[in-house]
Amino acid sequence: MQLMEGEKEKILSSVDEVLSNSSKKKENLITILQKVQAKLGYLPALAMEKIADGINVPAADVYGLATFYNQFRLNPPGDHQVKVCLGTACYMVGGDITLESFERRMDIKEGETTPDRRYSLERVACVGCCTMAPVVVVDDEVEGKVTPTRVDGIMLELESKNGKAESKDDPGENQVTHQKEGEQE
Amino acid sequence: MNKPVKIIIDDHEIEAFAGEKLLWAALDNDIFIPHLCAIREEKRSGASCRLCFVEIEGISQPVTSCTKSVEDGMVVKTRSPRIDRLVKTGFELLLSDHDLKCRECPANRSCALQKIAKERGLKLRQKRFKHIERDYQLDDSPKEFAFNRSRCVLCGQCVWADREEAKIGAIGFTRRGIKRVVTTFEDLPLAESICTECKLCVDACPVGALYYKDLKK
Repeated sequence: MQLMEGEKEKILSSVDEVLSNSSKKKENLITILQKVQAKLGYLPALAMEKIADGINVPAADVYGLATFYNQFRLNPPGDHQVKVCLGTACYMVGGDITLESFERRMDIKEGETTPDRRYSLERVACVGCCTMAPVVVVDDEVEGKVTPTRVDGIMLELESKNGKAESKDDPGENQVTHQKEGEQE
Repeated sequence: MNKPVKIIIDDHEIEAFAGEKLLWAALDNDIFIPHLCAIREEKRSGASCRLCFVEIEGISQPVTSCTKSVEDGMVVKTRSPRIDRLVKTGFELLLSDHDLKCRECPANRSCALQKIAKERGLKLRQKRFKHIERDYQLDDSPKEFAFNRSRCVLCGQCVWADREEAKIGAIGFTRRGIKRVVTTFEDLPLAESICTECKLCVDACPVGALYYKDLKK
């Protein structure tokens, strides 16, 4: 995932702040990761490397821990967050097919974020409204009975929201600058 | 640790050291106990391969011999219906996602799985569990060796070699459950990671997951 303008500095300062306020012991790794994620919204690779250096464990171990626990995310939350329920009821009526449809439409896998950071896709286990299965939560709004056709509808709605935002502050241009920054790093 | 004591394994009286792990005492006396994850130098074995079960007189349940210390006068059995059942299940689970193209595998005939199958009369092609085909990408980025994760049994021997012998920390266990794999930081190919290609992990691999390229036909 390419970092955005100023993000590198933010990551470094956040990690420094967390590390300076916690004892640099291996046992504290989970707490440190939680604090860093609370600040940044996710755990960028750069942050994990800095944390590994800070508490003197291999970066592969930090990565192992961050991929082990569901509470850690390695990709930034997108402008629009889509959460597909794969709890028992949703799974039984084809929640996995709904998830696949989103994966195809967004061209990312579950747990990932699109390169332009517009969409992030996650799986969750039970939202609490099984009668509406398969359930999808789009930006905190619950959508019920989400068939692949409805997935197309949701994506269209989200894209039209983006379109409105685009005409306001034109993120299309920003996107190009982001790519350039990525190349420099 | 260094007091010699006498224990009985499968009706053979053997001499072992009190405090030593039972698995090594047996292996040193040519008594085979299946094992993959145990490391002699490790203080406490993870006992994650679930293969080295033995029965000890006075203990109601089978125990993993890699975590059980030798005590004077211990009476141990390496085979019993209960042990065989546990080992068979553990072995079948390990093989349920294993790439079984042994003839193409560089570890063919030197593979720890083949040895266990032979010693215990187990089949490599198990039918009890649904077979999972792994589509892991082969990592042949290092110059002299390659890493085929679909042959990996997650024993951790390579991770130990990397950490404790080579002192690098390039590889480690990541993810959880059925997705668990040994990878580098950010899943980079080995050549792009901090790996120094010392090849100690290759020597440690009991199966054909990490292998030398020039041995491959």
